[in-house]
Amino acid sequence: MASGNSDGQFPNRTGDAEYGNAPGRSGTGAAVRARPVLEALPVKVLIAGGFGAGKTTLVGSVSEIVPLRTEELLTEVGAAVDDVTGVERKTTTTVALDFGRITIAADLILYLFGTPGQERFWFMWDELAQGALGALVLADTRRLGSCFPSVDFFERRRIPFVIGVNCFDGVQPYPVEAVRQALDVDGEVPVLLCDARDRESVKFLLIALVEHIMATLRVADTAPTG
Amino acid sequence: MSVPGETWFDEAAGPLVRPYAVTRGRTRAAVPHLELITLVVAVQPEVHGAAVEPECAHILRVCALPRSVAEVAARVDLPLCVVKVLISDLIERKYMIFRAGPPPATPPDLTMLQKVLDGIRKL
Ligand SMILES: Nc1nc2c(ncn2[C@@H]2O[C@H](COP(=O)(O)OP(=O)(O)O)[C@@H](O)[C@H]2O)c(=O)[nH]1
Ligand SMILES: [Mg+2]
Repeated sequence: MASGNSDGQFPNRTGDAEYGNAPGRSGTGAAVRARPVLEALPVKVLIAGGFGAGKTTLVGSVSEIVPLRTEELLTEVGAAVDDVTGVERKTTTTVALDFGRITIAADLILYLFGTPGQERFWFMWDELAQGALGALVLADTRRLGSCFPSVDFFERRRIPFVIGVNCFDGVQPYPVEAVRQALDVDGEVPVLLCDARDRESVKFLLIALVEHIMATLRVADTAPTG
Repeated sequence: MSVPGETWFDEAAGPLVRPYAVTRGRTRAAVPHLELITLVVAVQPEVHGAAVEPECAHILRVCALPRSVAEVAARVDLPLCVVKVLISDLIERKYMIFRAGPPPATPPDLTMLQKVLDGIRKL
């Protein structure tokens, strides 16, 4: 580790104790001012659901930046190692991720990451899920089954999630309770109607998610251990 | 610079691994904690930009302001894994600093969540 804190710890997991959380720029002179400061903590929530469920649309509705797209290479390394050069042969596929950003405060930034729709990209879900606060799962009632894998994933990982039932044709033919039953999720999991194109609706979903995460934590706190 | 386990880009391997040419074949970042949301910012990009390869200079320019690793990858239009290797190099050379998100294994902190909640309500 080349640039850890001097004591080898990562209390804030910052890259450099000298710069990382410097209390301000009130230091002495230009040399100090030339040093950048990273005062924000980045956090993330995931937006999941089947293909066409409205993930990218939802991110765009609340993001302060036009949703960005980045690609990850799925590299299958080491399937064969060249005898002569020792170079591993690789085959690659790319998987695209859409994401947006909401600056909550100078010291807190929330990222929204759309999950890749296809299950063959599970490897990417692992990285996405690492440290995620929670997830919004968009359920498209025209093909409810397409969100089952997401629901399974978050249940298994014990990542708190909320179901947003996207109303595609203006009307939602199924009551939320029917959707809850079909998805077979716990009673505490909020299932809410939404419109991914509508900013207020998406805000409402995010608020429900954060409240649900907080409730989950409080329950975990008071639950008897062992 | 040669590190054990580091492999060089091999012409014979063909265009499928071309993106790794800019990392000289390396597929793993030396600096841990470089995740999608890890924030990075350049240290004096106008000075250090001249000392590095064009891709790294581009990254330093993009990071004149703090950005997440994912944002950097999107803005320089390189795959995430490639960008992580380059950012890792830049951190080791002290041309960039980083700040990771909360440690994954610990439950999120209620004060922080309340802040997120208040922030979304105010949007
Ligand atoms: N009526 C309606 N259409 C939506 C809604 N959300 C997304 N769409 C539309 O559905 C299509 C697919 O949405 P997209 O966000 O690309 O889905 P993704 O594959 O999950 O990212 C787009 O044409 C959107 O405009 C919604 O809540 N209601
Ligand atoms: Mg999409």
